[in-house]
Amino acid sequence: MRVNVEVNGEQRTADDVWPGESLLYVLRERLGLPGAKNACEQGECGSCTVYLDGTPVCACLVAAGQVEGRSVRTVEGLGSAEELDPVQDAFVRTGAVQCGFCTPGLVVAAHDLVHRKPDASDAEIREALAGNLCRCTGYEKILDAVRMAAVAVKEQRS
Amino acid sequence: MTTTTQQPLITNVTGGVGDSPMRPDGAQKTRGEFAYSSDLWADDMLWGATLRSPHPYARVKGLDITEALKLPGVHAVLTHEDVPDNIYGLEHPDQPVLAVDIVRYQGEPVAIVAADHPETARRAADRIVVDYEVLTPVTDAEAAMRPDAPVLHPAHEGGNIVRHAPIRFGEENPVADVVVTGEYTVGMQDQAFLGPESGLAVPAEDGGVDLYIATQWLHADQRQLTKALAMPEDKVRLHLAGVGGAFGAREDLSMQVHACLLALHTRKPVKIVYGREESFFGHVHRHPALMRYEHGATRDGDLVYVKAEIILDGGAYASTTAAVTGNAATLGAGPYRVPNVRIDGYGVYTNNPPCGAMRGFGAVQACFAYESQMDKLAAALDMDPVDLRIRNAAERGTVMPTGQVIDSPAPVAELLELVRAKPLPAIPTGPRDLRELPGGVSNTTHGEGVVRGVGYGVGIKNVGFSEGFDDYSTARVRLEVIAGEPVVSVHTAAAEVGQGLVTLKAQIARTELGVQRVQIQPSNTFVGSAGSSSASRQSYVTGGAVRAACEEVRAGVLELAAARGFAATGLAGGKVVSATNEVLADLVDVLGDEVVERTVEWRHRPTAPLDPVTGQGFAHVQYAFAAHRAVVDVDVELGLVRVVELACAQDVGRAMNPDAVLGQIQGGSAQGLGLAVMEEIQVVDGVVRNPSFTDYLIPTVLDMPPMTIDVLERADPHAPYGLRGVGEPPTLSSTPAIAAAIRAATGLALSRVPVRPEHIVGA
Ligand code: FES
Ligand code: FES
Repeated sequence: MRVNVEVNGEQRTADDVWPGESLLYVLRERLGLPGAKNACEQGECGSCTVYLDGTPVCACLVAAGQVEGRSVRTVEGLGSAEELDPVQDAFVRTGAVQCGFCTPGLVVAAHDLVHRKPDASDAEIREALAGNLCRCTGYEKILDAVRMAAVAVKEQRS
Repeated sequence: MTTTTQQPLITNVTGGVGDSPMRPDGAQKTRGEFAYSSDLWADDMLWGATLRSPHPYARVKGLDITEALKLPGVHAVLTHEDVPDNIYGLEHPDQPVLAVDIVRYQGEPVAIVAADHPETARRAADRIVVDYEVLTPVTDAEAAMRPDAPVLHPAHEGGNIVRHAPIRFGEENPVADVVVTGEYTVGMQDQAFLGPESGLAVPAEDGGVDLYIATQWLHADQRQLTKALAMPEDKVRLHLAGVGGAFGAREDLSMQVHACLLALHTRKPVKIVYGREESFFGHVHRHPALMRYEHGATRDGDLVYVKAEIILDGGAYASTTAAVTGNAATLGAGPYRVPNVRIDGYGVYTNNPPCGAMRGFGAVQACFAYESQMDKLAAALDMDPVDLRIRNAAERGTVMPTGQVIDSPAPVAELLELVRAKPLPAIPTGPRDLRELPGGVSNTTHGEGVVRGVGYGVGIKNVGFSEGFDDYSTARVRLEVIAGEPVVSVHTAAAEVGQGLVTLKAQIARTELGVQRVQIQPSNTFVGSAGSSSASRQSYVTGGAVRAACEEVRAGVLELAAARGFAATGLAGGKVVSATNEVLADLVDVLGDEVVERTVEWRHRPTAPLDPVTGQGFAHVQYAFAAHRAVVDVDVELGLVRVVELACAQDVGRAMNPDAVLGQIQGGSAQGLGLAVMEEIQVVDGVVRNPSFTDYLIPTVLDMPPMTIDVLERADPHAPYGLRGVGEPPTLSSTPAIAAAIRAATGLALSRVPVRPEHIVGA
């Protein structure tokens, strides 16, 4: 089947999509956007998190056909070629990136949180990121990154 | 088009040894642009899939691939008959690339398929008909050691015992005032790296193959590949693709040979990516352990002896079982002064999933047992458990049970003092936030039945490869002028697995050569081996190699300077300088068009094999230590545990990159927490019951508490910059500290990790 979808502001078309393919597979293997990761493909790790019509979802759990005519924003669509998004920048600065396989999913989840709720408490940050597994960092520096990004977003707004 | 072209990493321009510059790959990783092994892509590429045995032990009586080959889109179906040399193994070649007439564990690869879509490849694999005669699996490691057990590897001498590592130290029958005994078990832990096993094999025009792969050790993979493929080294070229974590699980081969066979057979690039379920079958795990300990002490609390039997279930193939057994035995008495030690470590073949390297490598299991024993002994002596540990703590000069003298700082007592001195988190009063209670937002308690406990643990880990292994790394360093600036290029084959070695190599080059611009070349087999990114060894060994190569480059530059009439003795800030740091000339002018390049193979001081009867010998190049204090809240009615806080203190010799050191301590502690309270591969009759992240739980951000960390820097005079390996020690001591805290809260003996709710409420 053919799938038409807006990805990072651009209209894209994927052909020969099998009915069983996920949004994650289409992004990674058909549209050349491997940023969203494939750590479990079971909806358990959050490494594949992307925005679908503005809401973070696990791309591995979304059937490709479901995104027809909708809008997807991936980690590649945050920031610009010249400048990292403040969330991305905070992840690099705080040392929240080790192997980095969890990072794209966490960046999208954190991006959503700091824009929805820049004043989130630590408990709220933890709750918001509970669906994103990281095996390397023990999460401490990821919390630092989210706190730093929240400050940057608040500064942008004021 | 392919996505396999590899570019050097351009690093920040500042940050030497002791600084924490940002990772050179960090921005790419946050943008989603860093090419992991599962992200690779080539024109006309095929997908590989693997058919695996559903049985833990069976005879293969027939294999029919006809129906699989008929499926449109299938390009190849290969079996053992297509493997030039079918036996491989990291330490002991005992494992078939594809099963021949017997399968020895559930998940053993039997056949491989290449097709134009991953789903086609999987469906084709399903069409392969295998006629199995199911055998009764050997699943109990202790039973497997008995002489009457079925022998799983007839070619191996010694029945199912892969290795017996005895340690005999001091008197044979020492007498103690107080004796405590215990039997401890550790479940099978998975490394659970997030980036699944994956890679892309590209057939080359010269008849060879280029493999883009996530691994811990390119040259060990290459060595095993050239044997299996029966091809010369220059025809099997490996390139490190982005690695999504490792923790030991990428030491052994997974899909490497399979992808190369399919690529060579089809003459097309072949990509293989495991899903999460397959990943649980695609790599070795942490050895489950059964450990019987006896500690004897004087009434004053001085250790008199430690006796132990440690049985490690190695599963179906040897992998690194022998080395893991050596570690468990040699480190089995812990970081203590013990005058008499008798330990028998056994690594055993069974039909359980193969076990091998995981962060901590045998030292984790032993640490849980000896630290549990120290708590038990403290209780028997009516002593404070930290006081007992400090009283017996190893220090510089302590003789280990192998007879090896600890010849560099060993601040074990100080580490314990540091974690003990941390203020304890307040016990909350009044209404509690559900998120801070055991059970969390499941709303299982509002504080009723919740009891707090505090526990301690300290551990000892060897750094680097031990027991006489020729442990070295190779670095090629090049200095030249590019666009009017001096630029250093560092090339090694070392695997960046997330730990930050790419950052560190640049820091060393900057420090040694006084140059700002450093490029880190992609890791591949076009330079000599760097050894494995394991055993907490890369900062030490590849760090040592990079430094040594930089020193030779510096000497080369100083010769150039001398030829130009400058009596220079060093490089700093892009200048050549005199002994009194006086600037003599610009490095750019001294270099001119010259390129100074040196390749150095660097070794740490040699270690020695253990005596096979007494276990005596200078087996380990370096010891490393960390201590933890854990604070837990336990819902004693439901058996739910929440770790409230972890305090850690670790000696790192020299904090080469302080931020990265913290990251290792935090991440390592989290894996120890996982082993303490949640992580276990459930194996029943040789069959894995929970191969998914739904059923195999690793800590989330809600499970991992805030940490306080103290980093000591007591230089090891034998190591480059005085550094001490960092990655593994924090994984050792967090587990027993948490178990001790749960014991303190519940009053239960708890001799097994992970501690499950039924161990608390069903006891
Ligand atoms: S890959 Fe989608 S949740 Fe893990
Ligand atoms: S940085 Fe490796 S999984 Fe998070």
